[in-house]
Amino acid sequence: MKTYKVYAINDGTVIDHIPATKALKVIDILGLENEGILTIGIGFTSQKLGRKDIIKIENKYLEKEETDKISLIAPQATINIIKNGKLKEKRKIELPDEYVGIVKCSNPNCITSVEKVKTRFKVINRAPLMLRCHYCERVISYDEVEIL
Amino acid sequence: MSLKGMSIISIRDMEKEHLEEVIRVAGEVKRGKHKNFLKGKVISTLFFEPSTRTRLSFESAAKQMGAEVIGFAGSDYTSVKKGESLGDTIKTVSGYCDLIVMRHHLEGSARYASEVASVPVINAGDGANQHPTQTFLDLFTIREYFQDFSSLKVAFLGDLKYGRTVHSLAYALSLYKTTIWLISPDLLRMPQFLVEELRANGSSVREIDNLEQIQETFDILYVTRIQRERFGDPQEYMKVAGSYRITRGVIESLGKNIKIMHPLPRVDEIDFDVDTMDNAIYFKQAHNGIPVRQAILGLVLGTI
Ligand SMILES: [Zn+2]
Repeated sequence: MKTYKVYAINDGTVIDHIPATKALKVIDILGLENEGILTIGIGFTSQKLGRKDIIKIENKYLEKEETDKISLIAPQATINIIKNGKLKEKRKIELPDEYVGIVKCSNPNCITSVEKVKTRFKVINRAPLMLRCHYCERVISYDEVEIL
Repeated sequence: MSLKGMSIISIRDMEKEHLEEVIRVAGEVKRGKHKNFLKGKVISTLFFEPSTRTRLSFESAAKQMGAEVIGFAGSDYTSVKKGESLGDTIKTVSGYCDLIVMRHHLEGSARYASEVASVPVINAGDGANQHPTQTFLDLFTIREYFQDFSSLKVAFLGDLKYGRTVHSLAYALSLYKTTIWLISPDLLRMPQFLVEELRANGSSVREIDNLEQIQETFDILYVTRIQRERFGDPQEYMKVAGSYRITRGVIESLGKNIKIMHPLPRVDEIDFDVDTMDNAIYFKQAHNGIPVRQAILGLVLGTI
């Protein structure tokens, strides 16, 4: 067992292999600001990513539908669910069918760019990634994706 | 497959069965089978962006079948002037009527309106995105001449990049696996993701630069206007616009059965001499807006 510089948690969720410096964005997307104790590690050395961030969320078990929301910024993240100090589940991120309130529409003439309307994008193709705005119906590709 | 209570926002929401239902009922309405079926209904026409042609078509359609029509056109609605959000306007107006017809310059505005409204919403144009009743009237007009859409061959000519009419109609036809030619200058090609969508639905799609490249006969030539503003160089515009102009001679070279459609208004992309030819069906197409919109109103309100 490798010793982390961030202390171990007994119960909760560990999100590992987040691209370096994206940890705060992940917290933002998952809406974890007011969800109890978070431990955040930024810029650890990683064999897989060079540098990586880690987030530990105490006493909260994140469901797959929730963690899949970070697929656009942390596609290689791994999710570890810890119960009673033991690793209960380890899983990868997968693309969800839809992103709600995460991606910005690149169309300045889209209703979501002008009024306070939560954005919604359907995944219409996985590789290469293509998303369609539920409102203006514009299709955006991975290079055009901008996270809100 | 019932349209009752459904908002009509985008052709992408439609199944083939929905299209067939509207075409069938519009035919009944046109033949005079249904009378006064909108009596007692109040329909709002909210034209945040003015479009006299479309608004008159909806209002005339509704009134002929007995509906009361309320609404506004342009920015004369004081709450909008005062900066009221679209959501608030729609929620308020929902309480005054049985159905909302709206046009707005923002793309996705009608979809959003349908999510906050307590009555069905019909999209009469949301920016460059969708104008589904135009597509329904195009399909209805085609059906007056051709029963089987799957063996149909349709060529779209002109501005295929920005023309929402073409995007929606081509999409609708692709549900029938219609053969589609896309004829445009390089600058105005249909966006690739739309072409892929047509192919994924089962249409055979070919993209070419000019009409002469089609070696076989086809059934419909759907013409759209090429706008001067799309070109940086005015000479380039003149050259392109000239080569896409439809004259008597062009039509004669395409064979006597070819039908010419156009969403109107036209500027000079179709010669006026063409209007008297049997091949020209664009004015019929425009007049079909009435029975088709009546059918949609009746189906959505559940009174047909
Ligand atoms: Zn959009």
